[in-house]
Amino acid sequence: MLLKQLTEAMGPSGFEDEVRNLLREQLSDKVDHMYTDVLGNLFAEKHSDKTGPRVMLDAHMDEVGMMIVHAEDNGLLRFRPLGGIDPRVLVSKPVRIGSEKRYGVIGSKPIHLQTMEERKKPLRMDQLYIDIGAQSKDEALAHIQLGDVAVFATEYAEIGERAAKAKSFDDRVGCSIVAEAMERQWQIPVTGVFTVQEEIGLRGATAAAYRINPDIAIAVEGTVCFDVVDAPSHGQSTVLGKGPALTVQDGQTLADARFLEFLIATAEKHNIPWQLRRVKGGSNDFGAIHKVREGIVGGAISVPVRYIHAPAQIISLDDYQASLQLVCAAITEIQEGRWNA
Amino acid sequence: MSVATVENHLETLKSMLQGHGGPGFEQDIAGIAESAFRTYTPDVQRDTLGNVIATVSGEGAGVRPRVMLSAHMDEIALVVTKVDKGGFLRVWQSGGFDARTLVGQEVIVHGHEQLHGIVGSKPPHLTTPEERSQAAPLTDLFIDVAMPEDRVRKLVDVGSRVTLYRQTMDLLNDRISGKALDNRTSVAVILECLKALKSYHHSADVLAVATVQEEVGVRGAQTAAYGLRPDIAIAIDVTFADMPGQAPDESYKIGKGPAVCFGPNIHPKVFKGLQATATQLRIPYQLELSQGPTGTDARAFQITQSGIASGLVGIAIRYMHTSVETGSYNDIVDCGRLLAGYVASINQASVEELSCY
Repeated sequence: MLLKQLTEAMGPSGFEDEVRNLLREQLSDKVDHMYTDVLGNLFAEKHSDKTGPRVMLDAHMDEVGMMIVHAEDNGLLRFRPLGGIDPRVLVSKPVRIGSEKRYGVIGSKPIHLQTMEERKKPLRMDQLYIDIGAQSKDEALAHIQLGDVAVFATEYAEIGERAAKAKSFDDRVGCSIVAEAMERQWQIPVTGVFTVQEEIGLRGATAAAYRINPDIAIAVEGTVCFDVVDAPSHGQSTVLGKGPALTVQDGQTLADARFLEFLIATAEKHNIPWQLRRVKGGSNDFGAIHKVREGIVGGAISVPVRYIHAPAQIISLDDYQASLQLVCAAITEIQEGRWNA
Repeated sequence: MSVATVENHLETLKSMLQGHGGPGFEQDIAGIAESAFRTYTPDVQRDTLGNVIATVSGEGAGVRPRVMLSAHMDEIALVVTKVDKGGFLRVWQSGGFDARTLVGQEVIVHGHEQLHGIVGSKPPHLTTPEERSQAAPLTDLFIDVAMPEDRVRKLVDVGSRVTLYRQTMDLLNDRISGKALDNRTSVAVILECLKALKSYHHSADVLAVATVQEEVGVRGAQTAAYGLRPDIAIAIDVTFADMPGQAPDESYKIGKGPAVCFGPNIHPKVFKGLQATATQLRIPYQLELSQGPTGTDARAFQITQSGIASGLVGIAIRYMHTSVETGSYNDIVDCGRLLAGYVASINQASVEELSCY
């Protein structure tokens, strides 16, 4: 299953190789042309000989992770985050490190040895270590190189009711949806773009959109969802199971009202549930794409992800399917000439 | 071609670590412990509280010394206190958790079905710097089982138990990491002891016990010791391995052999016997010092009935009471060998000396 493979692959920002290889393998015989650029973005082109508006489907390959930056004399490893991680979610979690995917654990002082005061304060990133079992600095460095990256060791599984848990649904859901959309046949030129380095500032998408210069761009993203007990409605952003989320305004983008209306009308016409993303914070690749060259029209379609940027995240499989349907319905409407900017 | 199989209890340990059994619901672990004990003796019983008791008889007629080796098999657990709005579960603890280690953790909810759950965490996109400077208390945490509220209410009750979910991992230097190393590594110590004991002639009867409900106050140990009334009771329990920020006398080393405890909870002659055995067998050991009743089954043993000579050994693990407890199987084997040598050294005369001060 592609989504399982993608979420279990290692790909922090700047180190997306495993994700890129999976996508290349998945799509190589299903698109017309695939290539990479100097940043490592992966492009999958289809129907470039056809006429009509050129559509760019975007999903970022990278995930939040960690980089090993120092080995202590006792063999414990120091690390720094790649992308936004709240250190509070790292405590008592396993990680996988480097190309060998060696296991390491982030432990903490036993509760028996803590004062009441200590228990009230979160552990800071600089109080955490990764333990690979090494007994000395030399032994650690025989197995790990400084600069090796690490990701959460979470496995994909379907849980609860029509739900799945894994690491890195942000944005492997987008990669999986764009890959599925690219496997279909279209009447207009469509390019699937799998970008690098979104989590550290929408870097890959900036260069990729410049290269493609599409007429329309759609970013497919995993987005913030906090529809949990005691969270006020205005703080939830999205609700799990209520369909793809459409952006009105986020940290980088004021949605193009015409394209937002087009996406809503498309969802309504095709009986696809949809919701608005109801927080201002956060962003996605479209935040970079719409400012490229003289400006590019389009928007974002997002799958709600609970506990995003944490080791174990949850999505609704219904949301996944509905988001895929909306992406495909939008391309259908575009190729039938119903998008007139 | 047949290959001689080396009996090793590592796989038994891993199945115990990945199994689930908190205080008061140790049945699944008890089942694994019982089958493992049965490879050494047909005499395996359970008492009223659920302790698993295996008797390996010593040699010789007449009165034989009775040595109890005891390891608690329960793990720290949570209990559902409320099915909250939206089907999110509120919990309290059976055993001591650091709530900070639960955030973002995967768990198993033992309802009418086993449900996979995740302890929720607010994404950094929505948290203020003020929020990030706080550690949420356990009462503010919730478990998400990713299903609608009405279905959660059918499957989960107030009182349903919750345990950590963690696949056991292999680290360098034969270290293993996962949940419940406290204290199923010590059940493995007893198994390694019984294995080593087969190469000795021993007059003592060995009472190998996997106890219940240690994490809520050494309760199983109390009834097991009362029922068995051994001459010597040795608790096997984990101790603290070193990590930055810990006191030097609470920082034992992984891979440097078992910790042997000394202090008022420990009978001095039992301690000396263990020390002498380690020296004789050239088993590396670490001296663990305690200044009062220990937080182990030995706390109960010492004052059971008219008093029992108690000892305490165990391996050092890092990150105790988290889901990434880390220890070494080599230490488990060494600890088992130490106990086997000690048991073999016990005779009726040494038992009689225990009351002579």
